[in-house]
Amino acid sequence: MTDTARPSTPATAAAKHLKRRRAADGRFRYYGLSAILVALGALAILVLTIGSQALSAATYNVVRYDITLDPAVIAPDGATRPEDISRNVEGFYSLVRDNLLATFPEAQADRESRRELSDFATRLAVLPTARMVARNPELVGGAITLTAPLNDDLDLYLKGQGVRERKVKAGTVSVGQAGEDGLYALTGAGAFDPLLAALVVATDDLADDASAPGVLLTAGVSTGRLTNITSASARLELLTGQAQDFANARPVARIIVSPEAERTVSDHQIAWTLALKAMGRVDRVLRTTLLTNSDSTYPELAGGLSAIVGSLLTMLVTALVAMPIGILAAVYLEEFAPRNRITEFIEVNINNLAAVPSIVFGLLGAALYINFLGMPRSAPLVGGLVLALMTFPVVIIASRAALKAVPPSVRSGALAVGASQMQTVFHHVVPLAAPGMLTGAILGMARALGETAPLLLIGMVAFVGDVPKGPMDESTVMPVLIFSWSNNAERAWEPLTAALIVILLAFLLLMNGLVVFLRRKYERRW
Amino acid sequence: MLQQLGQLPMGWLLIALIAVFGSAAFFMGRVRAESLLVATNVRMHSRPNYHGYYVAMWTTVPIILIAIAYGIFAEDLTRSQLTRELPSSFDQLSQAELRSYLESVRLAAGTAASAGADRVFQAITNRYLELRGMVNAATLGLLGLLAAAGIFWAQNRLKPDFRARALVESGMELVLFLCAGVAIATTAGIVLSLLYESLQFFQKVSAWDFLTGTRWNAQTEAEFGALPLFFGTFMIALIAMLVAAPIGLFSAIFLSEYASPRARAWIKPILEILAGIPTVVYGFFALLVVAPAIRSAAIWVNETVIQLGLASEPILAAQPTSALAAGLVMGIMVIPFVSSLSDDVINAVPQTLRDAAYALGATKSETVKQVVVPAALPGIIAALLLAVSRAIGETMIVVMAAGKSARISMDPTSDLTTITVQIVSLMTGETGFDDPKTLSAFALGLVLFIVTLAFNVVALRVVKKYREKYD
Repeated sequence: MTDTARPSTPATAAAKHLKRRRAADGRFRYYGLSAILVALGALAILVLTIGSQALSAATYNVVRYDITLDPAVIAPDGATRPEDISRNVEGFYSLVRDNLLATFPEAQADRESRRELSDFATRLAVLPTARMVARNPELVGGAITLTAPLNDDLDLYLKGQGVRERKVKAGTVSVGQAGEDGLYALTGAGAFDPLLAALVVATDDLADDASAPGVLLTAGVSTGRLTNITSASARLELLTGQAQDFANARPVARIIVSPEAERTVSDHQIAWTLALKAMGRVDRVLRTTLLTNSDSTYPELAGGLSAIVGSLLTMLVTALVAMPIGILAAVYLEEFAPRNRITEFIEVNINNLAAVPSIVFGLLGAALYINFLGMPRSAPLVGGLVLALMTFPVVIIASRAALKAVPPSVRSGALAVGASQMQTVFHHVVPLAAPGMLTGAILGMARALGETAPLLLIGMVAFVGDVPKGPMDESTVMPVLIFSWSNNAERAWEPLTAALIVILLAFLLLMNGLVVFLRRKYERRW
Repeated sequence: MLQQLGQLPMGWLLIALIAVFGSAAFFMGRVRAESLLVATNVRMHSRPNYHGYYVAMWTTVPIILIAIAYGIFAEDLTRSQLTRELPSSFDQLSQAELRSYLESVRLAAGTAASAGADRVFQAITNRYLELRGMVNAATLGLLGLLAAAGIFWAQNRLKPDFRARALVESGMELVLFLCAGVAIATTAGIVLSLLYESLQFFQKVSAWDFLTGTRWNAQTEAEFGALPLFFGTFMIALIAMLVAAPIGLFSAIFLSEYASPRARAWIKPILEILAGIPTVVYGFFALLVVAPAIRSAAIWVNETVIQLGLASEPILAAQPTSALAAGLVMGIMVIPFVSSLSDDVINAVPQTLRDAAYALGATKSETVKQVVVPAALPGIIAALLLAVSRAIGETMIVVMAAGKSARISMDPTSDLTTITVQIVSLMTGETGFDDPKTLSAFALGLVLFIVTLAFNVVALRVVKKYREKYD
């Protein structure tokens, strides 16, 4: 036979069809795999963005100030008691400001510069030192080193997040005399070539109508603004330090793309920060204040202690209410309840309660506890009671599953030796089901710990500067603080919020880890 | 003296008294039963411990009731008496002002350091403490009396043939029943509080206007047309389900039909992490990452469309917070709700059905599409319905990433508001409970409750009614 182009026979058609079906089969499997990958990828992106933000907030820059505790400032006449000293924030702060002004005398020139310099530390940052001195009055008159966190915008700048800049090393330059306009002439053959090349790149990124990027030149503790840059010369407007520092040094140029008016930090502030850093007075340390400070309006001072304590108090109330009630209700429904309309109605109720949106519980709490019973707003007691109502259906459902898992032979055995129903349940069944009930309860509590919406409605969103001492004090909780911080406009709150999220997730991880541990240790199969 | 009584930490004192009286009663009952045993030398019906529990029961239950009544009424009682005694200059104060004044009196009384305040305030604080002291003294007296009476009465009932155990056990069963009844009480509380406040609202605004009006402006003007909120809620839930339904369903199919047991053991818990992350974290993620990304994508689309000459002005709103951002992140959040439940029902489809399909020559995907999924369909639909109900009731993501402007717009990059967002913004203000603003939050809550309840009930019914039984 020679004709090769045979009409397709049923066999080849079937083979083609089979091939198509196999291809469809492969595609289907691929859809499933990509769905999983999308879900896992979303989780990974979430964890990575929050983790990287949190990591940048894990450390912060603090500045050391060597000050002398002048009694006339720290303890003026009639205010020498420890309480007065610890309250004398203004006195300590003026010492810090004087120290800064002594370090950078050029800032005394005008009001604006003084204000920019005094932004370096907030007033309240001296409070820990003031309290320390109040405890040790013998320090008054002596010299101490006061450590205060750097302003949050400058902190972000030092971490390379606040301002987009590009660093270029310039060549060796020599410095001329100051001109009549106060500018110095820098010269050096080819010294500015790398800078010019970088400037071209930086300007390319910009929109056409943007102003030219600013250039700062730093040598040691001195920094100046560069203008009229050519390959071999440039004019320097000294911002801080000595012009002679640039001579025979290889200064570092910083190209800052955004104009000064649009930044949160000025050229002067950058210059001073770099100088402090060059003096070795800036240290990047672990931000332990996140766990030891309470909320503040200044990001560099803010911490989550009051919210952590508030969360613990709230969870305590929730646990004390939801766990016993939930477990006892489960025991009743599983072991005692006769099959009738009432118990059926209760079961329907529990299943529906577990699916009611959490915010509805917040409305219930606002109407019942605050409006009707007149309980205080913002108190962990009320928050805990609201969360308890939310948690206890979860506890019931988990506890019932644990009770169901106990084999009937245990009950029959106990009843056979003459135990009453109550004795059977509480002496034999409940102890065997206890690990399962406990894990269910912990999972319910973990959900309650991350809950935000119902607590907003009962007023736990207020600013709380003090650590609550009891369940009736005004307080906030971690998720609500996360919400409040994420609403703040300043850029520095973002990493801080992420760090607080990591703390919250750590608590949740701890609770879930406990569940896994309990399951491993006590899980029994009958 | 009375003032000192008024400063007692009554909460802790009452708890301590209940514990002390309860244990004392238990030991007295037990000792009494043991002495009966020795004296009569007959076999008693119940062990001595049960006699102890019996006496303790009769002692603690009345005083616990007293303590609860104290917690509810003491403050109101003191305040109403104090209000009656206030000088006439206070008559012109409004209810809310009077309330906050009395609250400051209470706080000052608690710290006992009202030095520096004016004399009237100090006098009122002292009188408050006196009145409070009277209430406290009366409560403590009544409590002691009742406890003593309880011990005495129950002690006298103890006899060798007294059926203490049966009585204690029926008391215990009553406690268990009441605990289970908390579920009914909670539901009743939700329904009653929502209904009560909503009815007050509907006296001021007609229910028809509320449900069909298209202008919502509760904060500034009294405009309560909730249709834009319903639309926003629907739109965001729809976006969320467009993300969650395919991803969740395909994940479930892959996990149950394709993945090796080892991969399954790893992937399933990791997917469930998504359900365990607090929603405020998702909100932060939406605000920080997703919303800006969507905004710049929308701006890019606008520019491209204009450059291509397809439109003369921007076609997308490209706002900093958008329905799309909230919906996408919410979709990620509800993936595990879909995948876990679907996975369970797909796994419950018996292997014999699959084997039968394979025997007829079906490929794996054909088996899944034409045999397994149809068999599991009621469960899958229930999972989707529960996920929708979850998406409708979700609050924090939309509060942080969806915006606050009530409008009806099909553009997913514009900011839309939802029922839950409005409830939060209406309830976090400092307005009283008689304000229509606050009341409208309860009306919205009622709608939310009814809708989510309907979804849940339907989901449960679907599962129950259409479940195929293979045994």
